[in-house]
Formats: sequence, C-alpha cells, structure tokens
Amino acid sequence: MSDNGRPGPKRPVTFKILRYKPGLIDPPRYDTFVVDADPRMTVLDALEEIRTTQDSTLLYRHSCHHASCGTCAMKVNGREVLSCVTNVLELGTPVVTVEPLGVLPLIADLTVDMTAFAEHFEPSGLKLLRKSEFNPQAERPEGIESYTRFENCIECGACISACPVTNTDPDFMGPAGLAALYRALVKGDELPEKLYPLADCEHGAWRCHTGWECTAVCPSDVDPAGLLMALRRKLLGYKIRRLFGLKA
Amino acid sequence: MTRKPIQHESLWRRILRAWFDPRGRDTGLVAFALNRITGIGLVIYLILHLIVLSSLTGGEAGWESFLQLARSPLFFLFDVALFGALLYHALNGIRVTLIGVGIGARQQKTLFYALMLVGVLLLVYAVWLMATVA
Repeated sequence: MSDNGRPGPKRPVTFKILRYKPGLIDPPRYDTFVVDADPRMTVLDALEEIRTTQDSTLLYRHSCHHASCGTCAMKVNGREVLSCVTNVLELGTPVVTVEPLGVLPLIADLTVDMTAFAEHFEPSGLKLLRKSEFNPQAERPEGIESYTRFENCIECGACISACPVTNTDPDFMGPAGLAALYRALVKGDELPEKLYPLADCEHGAWRCHTGWECTAVCPSDVDPAGLLMALRRKLLGYKIRRLFGLKA
Repeated sequence: MTRKPIQHESLWRRILRAWFDPRGRDTGLVAFALNRITGIGLVIYLILHLIVLSSLTGGEAGWESFLQLARSPLFFLFDVALFGALLYHALNGIRVTLIGVGIGARQQKTLFYALMLVGVLLLVYAVWLMATVA
C-alpha cells in the first residue's frame, strides 16, 4: 500500500490456475490469465477480477473475505493459504500458481468436496461453540439443529491438504480430526475410554510422521501438530496405566 | 448420471509433491523428506554392504579387489555421504522420538537446528579423522 493508504502502481501478474469441469475441461489443465495487481490486491480479489472480466466460468469458493470462514482455502504457489488474505504482490513471483486443496476430491476448478474433511471431526463428537461468533438468533438451514465449532479451527481444510500422510493414507484421521479429539479429551465431554481407542489405532495418532506442515499452514493458529503430540503424550500415559491395570 | 469426483493429480505425483517438494513448505517437511531419503539410502547401503561382505566367500582375491576400490577418492566421498546420512537419520530420529511423545513439541524447529548443528560438527570431525587417521 502507498503511504497515503491508497492503492499504489499496478503490476501485471500472470495467474496459472488449475481448471477442471467434468466432461468439459477433463482431464484437468492449467489456464493462464494476466491481471494488473495493485499492492492491496489479494489472490481472491484477482480470482474475482478474472471471473468478472476474463472468464465467467471460473469456479472457486469464498464467503467472508476476512479469514474468518475458511471457505477460500486453496494452494497458492504450492502452499495452502486463505486466498482472501494472501497478497498477490507480496508473493514476489511473476507467475502465481493457484490450485485447489490437495487430498480432497476435486469438484470443479478450485472447489473441492469437503465431506471427507468434515468426517474427520465426527469421531471426537466434539461440541464446542466459538461463543464470540455464535448467534443463537441466527436462522438455521432445515435439518440443522444447532451450529457447532472446534474453537479456533475455521475448518478450511488446509491442514489435511498439507499433511504428507493424508496424501498417502486416506483413512488417516488427519491433523484437524486428531486435534479435535484432543480438545474433546481435555474438555471432558466425552469419556476417555471412548476417545483413547479412537486415537490409538492404525490410522490414528501414531500414523502422524511429524511433518509439522499442518501447523505451518494453519491460518487460525490452531497448532494441530502440537495438539496431536499432546494427544500422543496422553495416549502414552493411558497405555502405561492400562498395562498396569489402572483407571484410564 | 453422477460423476465421481476426481483428484487432479495422480497418486504418485501427489506422493512426490506431498513428501519431497520443499517449495512453499517449512522446516518440518524438509526434515521429514530428508529422513525418508536418508532412510532409503541407508537401506540400500545395508544391502550393498551385505553383497560386498558375501565376496569374502570367494576368497582373498575378491576381497582385495574391493579394498582397492575402497581406497579410491570416490569411495571416500561415498563414506562421507554415508556417515552424513547416518548422522542425520540418527539425530532427527532423536528429535522425532522426543516430539512424537509430546516432549519439546513446541520447540521442534529449534531442536531440529540444534541437532543439525551437532551433526555438522560431528561430520566435520569424522571427515578429519577419516582423512588423517584411516
């Protein structure tokens, strides 16, 4: 940004964007678009400009535009980010590569099916409300009784996309799911006897290879890897106690 | 007809990118990738080592020809690389073991750099020993 807070001089930036439309752009390919980026432009702004002025068929997800909803997570230059808060010129590359999140099945262009990610949360049965954003008067979609949230986690899916293990073991519970499980343990809503066996399995806590990328890319500072390691520590204590016939 | 959603990369490309592509990644993935590379390297070395040892069954002549090869400068570089890989794998193994059970997890980056410094110092000392004493 210039000193007076107004947009500074624009610079042309090439965007290399992964495209896929079932039956139309199939197999996937990369399309390039040139956008004049001003110093305040984010990747999401650029996508919106491309969609508005160059290709109205470009598909991507977004909602809040301020890193709160987690909807616009994607890979930019190979790293998982929230596109709404990723400044184009600060990336410092003449070509910006934009791809959908990894691991999750591709629906079209930059949108992926988040179902598998949501399923990672289910085993913990975690019911935590981020009270600062919870509005009891808010209208709820049909069939939804209440909103639940895993504290700071904005459920963007960046962690499982960056995790080397989820990329090779689709059954791995994943950083977000295991971090949620740890929080459920600490919060004490669920019995440890139920939660420990969930984590102590082939695709559970021990499957992590400590690549630490989940924590590195998390836009919400949840620190999934740190929580996962804390879960392991608890798990180790549980296993030792169980070995000696003590209470979980 | 419902179309099955796809992955935009093949499994192998995805594995290679997720495990070994350091672009846009942090220390953790570099440590993870090097651990796998050195691990695979050490397994290959172990197999080669057993093959070379089996030449002993062919008598003194076979063993002597290997010793001549072992004294070459190229083999010296191989020894340095081998010891470097061994040091990396062992020291990072200590780090992974500690943070893997929640000890020093928040300091995993510092732990990595500290152990790598120890590794470099040990490697320099080992190279000096190999060059002067052996």
